[in-house]
Amino acid sequence: MDASPDIVGATATTPASYTVVNKRWEFNGTATLHLARACEKDSWSPAAPGQFAMLYALGVGEAAISFSGLPETPGRYVVTVRRAGAISDALTRLKRGDGLGLRGPFGVGWPLDSVKNKDVVVVAGGLGLAPLRPIIEYLAHDRGVANSVSVLYGARSPDAILFERDLSRWRNDAGMNVRVTVDAAASAWRGDVGLVTTLIPEIEFRPKNSVALICGPEIMMRFAAEAMEDAGLPQKAIWLSMERNMKCAVGFCGHCQFGSYFICKNGPIFSYDRIRDTLLVREL
Amino acid sequence: MKSIEELIANHPFLEGVNDAFLKEMAGCARNAAFDEDTYLIRESQDADQFFLIRNGSVALESYAPGRGALVFGTVKENDFLGVSWLTPPYRWQFDGRAKESVHAVAFDAKCLRGKCEANPAIGYELMKRFVPALMRRLKAARIQMMDVYGGPTDGGVLESAE
Ligand SMILES: Cc1cc2nc3c(=O)[nH]c(=O)nc-3n(C[C@H](O)[C@H](O)[C@H](O)COP(=O)(O)OP(=O)(O)OC[C@H]3O[C@@H](n4cnc5c(N)ncnc54)[C@H](O)[C@@H]3O)c2cc1C
Ligand code: FES
Repeated sequence: MDASPDIVGATATTPASYTVVNKRWEFNGTATLHLARACEKDSWSPAAPGQFAMLYALGVGEAAISFSGLPETPGRYVVTVRRAGAISDALTRLKRGDGLGLRGPFGVGWPLDSVKNKDVVVVAGGLGLAPLRPIIEYLAHDRGVANSVSVLYGARSPDAILFERDLSRWRNDAGMNVRVTVDAAASAWRGDVGLVTTLIPEIEFRPKNSVALICGPEIMMRFAAEAMEDAGLPQKAIWLSMERNMKCAVGFCGHCQFGSYFICKNGPIFSYDRIRDTLLVREL
Repeated sequence: MKSIEELIANHPFLEGVNDAFLKEMAGCARNAAFDEDTYLIRESQDADQFFLIRNGSVALESYAPGRGALVFGTVKENDFLGVSWLTPPYRWQFDGRAKESVHAVAFDAKCLRGKCEANPAIGYELMKRFVPALMRRLKAARIQMMDVYGGPTDGGVLESAE
């Protein structure tokens, strides 16, 4: 499963036609869509964990959306969309059988080679669990790849916890150390309340032999990356998934420029040592 | 059974303190246990203790009319519970409820404050431990306040049958 920044065929600039074959509401405003290629002749390539697609809500526009599942069948993809504005609203309103356009997969995914034999610490916030789900599934399918896997997940509230069934499957069946915390809850909630970084001291990992994979709102990622560095991980071993508005997704238009990088082509996954200084520059 | 001094010495909050300090602390300490759903501290009551949590976890809560108790934090084993005992008017600001059975070392706040007044070195040693922990909690609370994750938005689940 190589993460390739390049894309073959017409799908780089022209959307291929896809159909929603399954849809599940995760909670209000956030839905997971299973998509199938409408035309067998259109090229399709498996998405590496961490890659994204440009989804075209017909007549509305295109938005970058990460793949949220491993490729199960050729011609199919899984994505999870949160309603933020017009395009994501249209995408979450799609029903089974509805059509949409798709370009991709694009970008450089999570560093699959770097997680081998390591203690993998996944830190996710909110919808940030979606782009991490494929690599967690990959590590869950083959428990021999990593030495250990911890998944630390922070959500706004108990009713905003994404992929609850997956979280318990990863904990109970895949032997991962899965911790969930929320920002606030009613007293019936038996789990943790507090920032996701407060979970870091509670898990075991060998700092010099670990890799951290972080995805969530940028503020949370900055603090989580700093906390992992404080815990002894070198910056090179900390990976973040960056987001900026995208147009072309293939490195032409400059919309997603982030310092000296184009997020669509050089990212969206970056090691912390490459982007730390840029992350601190405002208005970028 | 471990002596109270040993329990304190083994708690990460007081890691590395010297024997004399431990003895002084132990003079104000006792073992404490709480059943699930009982309260270690109650909002507006006298902040006359502080706790080193040995095991179990405590939900920090505040009561909102019409919404019930809202949990905004969890204090877990190896952490401490209770800050309001440090500054006047020595009154708890929130509730602290045992989410499960909790074992802790409870310190008599008056006794400890007295020792800090009498011997500022004890107070300084304690502050060196409290301040970084409070900074961490403040930072976490500030990020929580920003509400960065997002959550359920209007519409969605109820709007259509797939
Ligand atoms: C590489 C990449 C992967 C992404 N993966 C996903 C995904 O898996 N699921 C998903 O739902 N979204 C994802 N996004 C975000 C999505 O592309 C944007 O939210 C997009 O702007 C939605 O378009 P819209 O027209 O619905 O909203 P817009 O009208 O563009 O924006 C609506 C509101 O959201 C704010 N906003 C826009 N983009 C972002 C952002 N990136 N972060 C925070 N706030 C933003 C805007 O300021 C505005 O207030 C991803 C973005 C990138 C770059
Ligand atoms: S979106 Fe056009 S360069 Fe990245």
